Amino acid sequence: MTDTAPGTSGQCFQPRVVAFLCNWCSYTASDMAGTARIKYSPCVRIIRVMCSGRVDPSFVLKAFALGADGVLIAGCHPGDCHYIEQNYKTIRRHSMLQHFLEPMGIEDRRLCLVWASAAEGQHLAESIDLFVEELRRLGPLNWSGNWEENGARLEALQAIVDEHSEAMEIPR
Amino acid sequence: MSEAAKGKLALYWAASCGGCEIAVLAINEKILDVAAAFDIVLWPVAIDAKVRDVERMADGEIDVCLFNGGIRTSEQEYMAQLMRRKSKVLVAFGSCASEGCIPGLANLSHRRQVFETVYRDLPTTDNAEHVEPQHVTHVPEGELHLPVFYDTLRTLNQTVPVDYYLPGCPPEAERIWEAVTAIVQGTLPPPGSVIGAETTVCHECPRTRNEKKIKKFYRTWQIIPDEETCLLEQGLVCCGIATRAGCGALCPQVNSPCIGCYGANEGVHDGGARLMTALASVIDATDPEEIQGIVREGIPDPVGSLYRFGLAGSELRRSRRKTNGAAAKAV
Repeated sequence: MTDTAPGTSGQCFQPRVVAFLCNWCSYTASDMAGTARIKYSPCVRIIRVMCSGRVDPSFVLKAFALGADGVLIAGCHPGDCHYIEQNYKTIRRHSMLQHFLEPMGIEDRRLCLVWASAAEGQHLAESIDLFVEELRRLGPLNWSGNWEENGARLEALQAIVDEHSEAMEIPR
Repeated sequence: MSEAAKGKLALYWAASCGGCEIAVLAINEKILDVAAAFDIVLWPVAIDAKVRDVERMADGEIDVCLFNGGIRTSEQEYMAQLMRRKSKVLVAFGSCASEGCIPGLANLSHRRQVFETVYRDLPTTDNAEHVEPQHVTHVPEGELHLPVFYDTLRTLNQTVPVDYYLPGCPPEAERIWEAVTAIVQGTLPPPGSVIGAETTVCHECPRTRNEKKIKKFYRTWQIIPDEETCLLEQGLVCCGIATRAGCGALCPQVNSPCIGCYGANEGVHDGGARLMTALASVIDATDPEEIQGIVREGIPDPVGSLYRFGLAGSELRRSRRKTNGAAAKAV
């Protein structure tokens, strides 16, 4: 995710999107979009998973922590899951994640759930573009910036070291 | 064991409640065995050793340091760095040092909010002049310094490299004794390990488990659960399913759901995420709106329920700050 620095050079903010696509429907849909030369936003980084039900909430949180501005999960339509009912679990995890993201200060719109069958390359491409547009409106997330302390931290640490060595009468 | 062959042991506390210190004493008379095997060189709660004495030691002179508490102030960060430098083995002792614990829930706010709550807004606070701790205070004799209070509580391993983790809020006496024994006998697991069980609380829980399918989450005051069946099956958010074993399933045995104080089980970095997965699996609904209703109504405080002990050590570590770092300098 550090290949380029989107959002810093151009006039238009290019969000970083991590997309988890299910092997059986949505990944095939993206493949189809490619074969059919359907254009969609290059902001998206696609990760193929065997099922949308394979997407552990920690994958999503890790993506945000590592600098993603949005995360998209795409799978087979409800009822069409290759593994019978795992995409229903995806719905529940998605709901649980959104509920958790809100109090953490991450807009729930930054997590997008899309159903795209293997024939819906056009639909997937449009969904990705819509999601990227939404993220442009929301702006950058820059999660690790939340962990930084203000500049007084290193000075305060040095002050403790100085005071202690003074008290110990050790020449500096 | 002769005096010369005695190892050196240090215990230190940072942002914690002091419960871990009590937990060490809960090994009862075995503390004498600890004293027989180790010279205790620093333990602020129990002995009168000085930080200065530790500073004068050679690097790595202390054999083992049991460090409890999260890192909230510059002084605690300094002590974490000092204890790391002077100790051969640094153990993150207890939930605070390992994953942030309850003090880590303050990561939902920042320093300004913490100060305003504690020194101004609490009903029991009598502070008409709004006196607050200042980093620098000028007095006729010169400047006085207090440690800087950070916006974000960090775990020990987010501050310095940690060799071992001993989970629990607080760790159970038996687990502490097992860890001490392993240290004395040299049978520690590979560095970086959690010293403890690899299974979940469910493994130790005597309740009967069937298929879990629930239509509604209940809060503990809403129902009196039956004493035989799995609490999660009865709709209580029991964290045991995603929590490391080691406590002997104390809470479920007294009809109270596990709150997750032993942290994520083996191989899991983000315990709350694992709990989300687990809870999502047991909800008996397929309609998105119905699911949303069950989740939102049943878990009104998702961070407090899912990350009660692990927020600071989780993937996200804290809630979003408007200031996002540098701009917070004025705070």
